[in-house]
Amino acid sequence: MALSNVLETPAAGFNFDNAARNAALEGLFDGGQTPKPLKTGTTIAGVVFKDGVVLGADTRATSSEVVADKMCAKIHYIAPNIYCCGAGTAADTEKTTDLLSSNLTIFSLNSGRNPRVVMAVNILQDMLYRYHGQIGANLILGGVDCTGNHLYTVGPYGSVNKVPYLSMGSGDLAALGILEDGFKHDLELEKAKELVCAAIHAGIMSDLGSGNNIDIYPTRSQSTKTTGRPARRRF
Amino acid sequence: MEKHCTNSQVKGVSTGTTILAATFDGGVVIGSDSRASMGGEYVSSKTINKVIQVHDQIFCCMAGSLADAQAVTKAAKFHLSFHSVQMESPPLVISAASVLKELCYKNKDELQAGFITAGWDRKKGPQVYVVALGGMLMSQPVTIGGSGSTYIYGYVDAKYKPNMSRDECLQFATNALALAMGRDNVSGGVAHLVVITETGVEHVVVPGNKLPKFHDE
Repeated sequence: MALSNVLETPAAGFNFDNAARNAALEGLFDGGQTPKPLKTGTTIAGVVFKDGVVLGADTRATSSEVVADKMCAKIHYIAPNIYCCGAGTAADTEKTTDLLSSNLTIFSLNSGRNPRVVMAVNILQDMLYRYHGQIGANLILGGVDCTGNHLYTVGPYGSVNKVPYLSMGSGDLAALGILEDGFKHDLELEKAKELVCAAIHAGIMSDLGSGNNIDIYPTRSQSTKTTGRPARRRF
Repeated sequence: MEKHCTNSQVKGVSTGTTILAATFDGGVVIGSDSRASMGGEYVSSKTINKVIQVHDQIFCCMAGSLADAQAVTKAAKFHLSFHSVQMESPPLVISAASVLKELCYKNKDELQAGFITAGWDRKKGPQVYVVALGGMLMSQPVTIGGSGSTYIYGYVDAKYKPNMSRDECLQFATNALALAMGRDNVSGGVAHLVVITETGVEHVVVPGNKLPKFHDE
């Protein structure tokens, strides 16, 4: 669609041209293993509450056993009403969310409409599916638009799921335990922030790849004021 | 994320599923479980939707790799919508099944997705089609698919009768799903069922605790 994409729109249907190239590339490396990209080693979580969506993330970026960045920002801006947490390969999540954000801004300017969360999800799904899992981005996309408060997960192979609460990353199981226990529909803002904070905290405590600080970002409908920047909490 | 991946044949999230569809007198019931797994040992979602509406009165159930199945159904929805605008009439169920079949067959080396398509159209009434992994298309009055289907072949063969009533067919489908979910570890969650008739579409969701229980549960 001419309105939405900066890059040229891919032809309709599937294009698996790179599959043969990937298979050939794997044969070139000893043992058939391509070099492993750097991972964030993360805990990210999101919760839908009464007035919007709260996203949370830790701030540690690891390069094998070394902490490469203690204050890494994992909650990425997509649109004024849509934010995205990224787990997996740091470069992939950064670039994918940047590309998505640019495309949505162009779309907004061209069409005069605010982007919807479901549109962001569709663009991400198309892009990640085209690359067949080679882009290591596990994303939690949350936002508020005219149709309501939405939280989606997008996997690296392009699978999408719409959920009321969610955690991803290497610390996801610990965080999920807290979320499963504490989640209720239509929480108030403070309770939702506490729940996400507790979930990330559990991930930080139980996972070596997560740590340092907790970033919390509530995305709310236009009727209430937004806090502006993600609130960084130290512990 | 690596710890979730074992030697499963499906990369990424798998639907690892039980899906079925059955025709009855005047309509068709299509249903599935709601579990999505990764690597055969981690449930990545308890509430995934595998029954997708591709047109007003045509639904399809997906099995295999979730990413592949979602991509194929998205493409199919677009094709069908365009086809129905060009023809100025609702598409036939076989058209929907053919669209899925073309996508699955042409890309059979790279895709890992199978489908059951069911719906109602004016020409042939209620129909069920199955598109297998390699792209084979077949029409059957009742069909089951996914990893959990192996456990209910006997039940389906014994209990399915053509021209059942709507309620009998719904009960048959619920029982079949419950039996499969009880034995297959990668099927579970809630039972999503959709009843499609000439007059319209009705969603029935049976939560896990309301599923029928059998002798050893």
